[in-house]
Amino acid sequence: MNHEFTVTGAKVLFEIPVLGGIAITETVVNTWIVMAVIVGLCLFMTSGMQVHCRTKRQIVAEFIVNKVNGMVGENMGEHFLRVGYAPLIATIMGLSALCSLSGMVGLFAPTSDLSTLLAWSLVVFVLITYNKFRAGGPLGYIKGYFQPIPVLLPFNIISEFATPLSMAFRHFGNIASGTVIMGLLRWALGNLSYMIFSKLPGVLGQVFGQIPLLQVGIPAVFSIYFDIFSSLLQAFIFCMLTMMYIGSAAED
Amino acid sequence: MNEQLWTKAIVMGSSAIGAGLAMIAGIGPGIGEGYAVGKACEAIGRQPECKGTVQSTMLLGCAVAETTGIYGFIVALLLMFANPFIGKL
Repeated sequence: MNHEFTVTGAKVLFEIPVLGGIAITETVVNTWIVMAVIVGLCLFMTSGMQVHCRTKRQIVAEFIVNKVNGMVGENMGEHFLRVGYAPLIATIMGLSALCSLSGMVGLFAPTSDLSTLLAWSLVVFVLITYNKFRAGGPLGYIKGYFQPIPVLLPFNIISEFATPLSMAFRHFGNIASGTVIMGLLRWALGNLSYMIFSKLPGVLGQVFGQIPLLQVGIPAVFSIYFDIFSSLLQAFIFCMLTMMYIGSAAED
Repeated sequence: MNEQLWTKAIVMGSSAIGAGLAMIAGIGPGIGEGYAVGKACEAIGRQPECKGTVQSTMLLGCAVAETTGIYGFIVALLLMFANPFIGKL
């Protein structure tokens, strides 16, 4: 019962023997599972669609699509809606939310691995740079680094890289801190119930001391905030920041 | 042998203190978020019809304000569970 509390990263499950061994970790495999779930959900919700919607799943699908289109149109502008940024935003949001929530069914949440978030924010970084190029051309892009005065060049370069890094760290930190706090709570409750119930007389203490009774129910209350609320909020915020950064990159 | 043990003990103890000090970063976001939520409550009290917009803007601002605290937490996590200094001994 008195085992130590440790935090481990993603375990390496197997290696692909090319290029000196590419390690496939839990993160990658769990992301595949989440992707399969999302594809399955999409196929299920869009199957048998009709012009006048009769099924519940079509109403839900239309609601999601309308909501994302509205969000993208409102925060990025009509141009981005036409070019097709809404599917990207919806993809990031769904993947992020389901990845974080997969921690609740006992999987290693892919979003509590920094690599996942760095990869996502790399996508955002590429899109920001592309939109800056598109808006002002190569000259305008370089000129942007010397705004408002040329002395600020180093700070502009730092802030260019700080944007995706801070997005990645924010998402990672929130999910990882939730995982650590929930782990600490379960560990503490397990030890506490051992301390209390092993004091019971005779066989009763020996039996109930081994069963962590206090772990029933109490972590669920905290899980509402640390797992559900924080996961969904971080998915929403990652998308909002993506939209805002890309939108503002195209403006100037 | 004894000397190595001493070095390790000092490094581990300093890392634990450093992790604790890093979490002082939690003060800033706490104050900032409290201020933001207070202002949002005022805004909702003044204009209850704007509740949805105020709420989503407040949540976004809170999450951005949280970033510095998260940085502190990541440093603490590194010092506690993935200590880069012990490997250098």
